[in-house]
Amino acid sequence: MRKLTWLAPTLYITFLLMPIYWLLNMSFKTTNEILGTFTLWPQEFTFDNYIKIFTDPTWYNGYFNSITYVLINTVISVSVALPAAYAFSRYRFLGDKHLFFWLLTNRMAPPAVFALPFFQLYSAVNLFDTPIAVALAHCLFNIPLAVWILEGFMSGVPRELDETAYVDGYSFPRFFVRVFLPTIAAGIGVAAFFCFMFSWVELLLAKTLTSVAAKPIAATMTRTASTSGYELGLLAAAGTLTIVPGAFVIYFVRNYIAKGFALGRV
Amino acid sequence: MAKITLQDIRHSYIDNPVTEDDWALKHMSVDWADGTACALLGPSGCGKTTLLNIISGLLDPSEGKVLFDGKDMTGTPTDQRNIAQVFQFPVVYDTMSVYDNLAFPLRNRGVSGAALESRVHEIAAMLDLEETLHSRASGLTADGKQKISLGRGLVRADVSAILFDEPLTVIDPHLKWMLRSKLKELHQQVGATMIYVTHDQTEALTFADQVIVMHEGTVVQIGTPVELFERPKHTFVGHFIGSPGMNLLPCEIRDGAAFFAGTRVETDHAVKPAGAAKTTQIGVRPEFISFADQGVAVEVVKVSDAGRHSIVETQAGDHVIRLLLDEGEKAPEGQAFLHFDPGHTQVYADGWMVE
Amino acid sequence: MARKTTNQKAWFLVVPVVVLVAFNAVIPLMTVVNYSVQETFGDNVFFWEGVKWYEQVLHSARFHASLLRQITFTGIILAIEIPLGVAIALTMPKKGFWVSVCLVLMALPLLIPWNVVGAMWNIYALPELGLLGRIINGLGINYNFTQQPIAAWFTTIMMDVWHWTSLVVLLAYAGLRSIPDAYYQAAKIDGASGWAVFRHIQLPKMKRVLTIAILLRFMDSFMIYTEPFVLTGGGPGNSTTFLSIDLVKVALGQFDLGPAAAMSLIYFLIVLLTSWVFYTLMMKNEEQ
Repeated sequence: MRKLTWLAPTLYITFLLMPIYWLLNMSFKTTNEILGTFTLWPQEFTFDNYIKIFTDPTWYNGYFNSITYVLINTVISVSVALPAAYAFSRYRFLGDKHLFFWLLTNRMAPPAVFALPFFQLYSAVNLFDTPIAVALAHCLFNIPLAVWILEGFMSGVPRELDETAYVDGYSFPRFFVRVFLPTIAAGIGVAAFFCFMFSWVELLLAKTLTSVAAKPIAATMTRTASTSGYELGLLAAAGTLTIVPGAFVIYFVRNYIAKGFALGRV
Repeated sequence: MAKITLQDIRHSYIDNPVTEDDWALKHMSVDWADGTACALLGPSGCGKTTLLNIISGLLDPSEGKVLFDGKDMTGTPTDQRNIAQVFQFPVVYDTMSVYDNLAFPLRNRGVSGAALESRVHEIAAMLDLEETLHSRASGLTADGKQKISLGRGLVRADVSAILFDEPLTVIDPHLKWMLRSKLKELHQQVGATMIYVTHDQTEALTFADQVIVMHEGTVVQIGTPVELFERPKHTFVGHFIGSPGMNLLPCEIRDGAAFFAGTRVETDHAVKPAGAAKTTQIGVRPEFISFADQGVAVEVVKVSDAGRHSIVETQAGDHVIRLLLDEGEKAPEGQAFLHFDPGHTQVYADGWMVE
Repeated sequence: MARKTTNQKAWFLVVPVVVLVAFNAVIPLMTVVNYSVQETFGDNVFFWEGVKWYEQVLHSARFHASLLRQITFTGIILAIEIPLGVAIALTMPKKGFWVSVCLVLMALPLLIPWNVVGAMWNIYALPELGLLGRIINGLGINYNFTQQPIAAWFTTIMMDVWHWTSLVVLLAYAGLRSIPDAYYQAAKIDGASGWAVFRHIQLPKMKRVLTIAILLRFMDSFMIYTEPFVLTGGGPGNSTTFLSIDLVKVALGQFDLGPAAAMSLIYFLIVLLTSWVFYTLMMKNEEQ
């Protein structure tokens, strides 16, 4: 019995990797091979699809756009969430509980509900088709998330730390930056990871708020799929490349993931 | 009920131990007679818990055998060893009532009906758990939960031994006393072999008939509380047990006697020439030192009141010597001389008592 | 937990968050509310319509059908992902090198943009070109998710299981890791069976993270849009048109702003109410 426990995770991981393998497989094939014969691995191995993406600005700009708004969003979300999470974890103030719940309700709003009003709102303030627009829009669900995660980490830090620092003559900002932030570094890492993740994978809003200049990579792919249906190899290569940043991020935070989840806060 | 024997046990958590330090438990053989109340005493990390887990079968020793009544149990799974164990942090099944918690080990062994019910009530009565028998176990206080953990061990009539792994760690100080005397009482009532791991000497000395002192993976001494106190086999025991611990003073061995700072000190046993030993020390407990007209010259530094007696700190050269004075006795000021009771003064060579 | 002190100045720390979220939440929500009670014929001319659109949506067979599909879909994926996730978490290695390998590989689907997930499954499941499509057809089952509603449902559910089970695994695994060894040791000593260990130790300790997993999976699957849209486009016919897909069709496809807005609010309320009931029950349970 015991010897067989590795079987379930192995089967599950195989199930997870098969579609990814297929995508990778397709990305190294020529269009002819894809349409002509069914092969389990590329017979005429080619980098053409990748070369096309790295040389065509409409393709590689998509990556820059995506990375830009994801990073802006992560920085904004985490930096405004930090003081707020501190307030929720340390103080009681008028309407605190309602405010906290209201923040969380935004995590429950279907993006489809907001697509059209967002388009109008960001057009009205002249931010349409900029990375800033997407970064700000993603704050809708990422800020509540970051506040929630950080509040969990901060509640785990004893109040004595704050009190000792004040007794030692630290001002609030100096205490917060010099003493408190290093203490919850792991929490900041986890919060940043989840902000990155949700901003990176969301597309409905990102697509609605951009047209040409700030178009995210994932939206560029949709265009290819719909207009020239048979460029599957190119689509696969682009898709493969979108997996890379995520894989990198996971690798770096692998030891924190379980810890972040362990708080029961996602 | 059973006699427990550990034969040539060694254990390492590393696959290929090389140096002596790689062994969490160094070579040892220990016997526990049926019905003993024994304490395993030592600082954290000395291998006590490892030893306990080897007895209960949660851990297989790298080398050696575990015998119950002479029967080899090495490799036998825990649930077939008839062992009960109480852990540092109380383990209760949150979703069950106190009654179901106590009944759980019996149900798992196919006991049911009236036999189950009467046994659970009997144990609950023994542990004063009757009133809370039908409430949820998760709602109880730490000491209540720890009683349930204990109860789950006691409920099986056939347990060979009950093992305790620092069971009073999370209990409030004033409840510790009550729970400890309860344990002592249970030992007399049930008569099971009990092995109690702790780093607290008071707990160990009050609970046990036999104390095993461990240090860095080795057993340094096995004995009754009195033996540990009066004749510590190792300087570690002298230092670890007693408050304040034993005074240890470097000494010189010549002419079959020990000399401290040039003064000859009478000892319990004849002193052989030091031979190959790197260090030689005299050990004497503060309880066995008194002021005298001649002897070891010291300067009195400090006198502190410790209730029934006072602790006098004196200095001889670079060495601090502490002694106890009974209530009412007065310590001299300035220069003084100390007398060591020869019957309780031992010589240690490289830490071990010279016999 | 340390006691909190009352300090109204703490509001200053919360202001940036409130401003940013309110900008994104309140203004668009007001726009939606505004549309939902008016009729427009273009040129920014609006007429008051009261609750007409709400009545229309609530009585529309189309909305009922989407809602039913949505509930069915969410029910099915919860029924698969939660037990499967728990089972995988239980069998995962507890320490050592393989833990990291498992965690990294399992988290991979979570970080793939949602439309890439759709596109990937499209390529994977194509009857002629895709590996999955080939395998299923090779087994003698006629499978084409672009033509057969059942195949489309099957593929969509497989995709969601593929995409999100890992979230449940990670949560459940974290819950399991927080159980002290002493519990397992005590259970061994008590002679507990594997099932008893699961029922009386692991499951109770996982309760909190599992509640969160169920809540998250409920919310997110109820809002699902991109993946099925890219995979099936809501078809064949309307067979995989879930609430969000339907909403976007109404709002952006037909530009029926009033009904779309009313539908949005009803939709939002359903998610909110269900989550709130669930959240309250969870909190109540925890207090006991």
